[in-house]
Amino acid sequence: MMIVRIMAEGQFEIDDEQLGRLNVLDRSVEAAIEQGDEPEFCSALEALLKAVRQEGRPVPDDALVDSDLILPPADASLEEVRGLLGDEGLIPDPI
Amino acid sequence: MTMMKRMSMIFRAKANKAIDRAEDPRETLDYSYQRQLELLQKVRRGVADVATSRKRVELQIAQMQQQGDKLKGQAQKALGSGREDLAREALTRRSGLDQQLSDLHAQHASLQGEEEKLTLASQRLQAKVESFRTRKETIKATYTAAEAQTRINEAFSGISEEMGDVGLAVQRAEDKTAQMQARAGAIDELIASGALDDASGQPNDDISRELDALSAGSDVESELASMKAEIGAGSAPKQLEGQADPQSAEHATSSEHQREER
Repeated sequence: MMIVRIMAEGQFEIDDEQLGRLNVLDRSVEAAIEQGDEPEFCSALEALLKAVRQEGRPVPDDALVDSDLILPPADASLEEVRGLLGDEGLIPDPI
Repeated sequence: MTMMKRMSMIFRAKANKAIDRAEDPRETLDYSYQRQLELLQKVRRGVADVATSRKRVELQIAQMQQQGDKLKGQAQKALGSGREDLAREALTRRSGLDQQLSDLHAQHASLQGEEEKLTLASQRLQAKVESFRTRKETIKATYTAAEAQTRINEAFSGISEEMGDVGLAVQRAEDKTAQMQARAGAIDELIASGALDDASGQPNDDISRELDALSAGSDVESELASMKAEIGAGSAPKQLEGQADPQSAEHATSSEHQREER
């Protein structure tokens, strides 16, 4: 079992059998980022998040577990995701 | 490596870096807890800020709708008075308002979405912070510094990921709100300048003035008509123009007489 986080949305528990499908969808997102194809990126990200929401069971709010996989927020732009993946990262330091 | 995996590694690296800085890991627990409470405050302030922006947009929507209704009323009135040009002007301005309105509606929906997201984020964070507090007390009471390390790492990595996520969500909401505040400010300026009447009940725009003049004009006409009816002398004004016409001069004199007699 894996924990997947959709940023700004929460964490989901996903069965390992789903990983193959998620990886395929994730590769389309990556390809769109590499090509700088914004419309393709939006629809690929949407498909990936939809699959996670569909297959995942929400993790309770009070659970303190870190995620195996983390996905950008649904309304993220291509540029923002590039920033998130950059060396410095956009994510604020925890402490 | 996939994007999903890379993202989680970036989060984890940040958490590890933070915990490595601490000399006694147990101190990290208290320090982190303070930061969590601060972040919780920040998210709640974020929710309040977004709500304020949303209400401002709601007010502007109401003002614009009122203005649109007013322009429609003016168009009807103008058309009733046979002033199609004025009616067209009013309707043209109204269609300009419609564009602004649909933009405002889109802003409103976006702010509402942001508000819901942040509200949920603050609920999630609150639940996690509460869990962390309980775990922190257990760890401090039960374990030595060396033993505590693993437990602390577990508790800390769970909460720090959430903090990173929530921290970014607050930043994004702030950015979005700031953009919309700037646009809302521009619309407020438009309303204040009178380019969009603020519909505060002051009929001081040019269409209102023309319509007022129109109705003032028709008041004069109807007064004249009723005076003429009293006199019972038919269409006097036309004849007044031609001074060469003796009849009209005579008629004017007889009018004077009648007034003096009263």
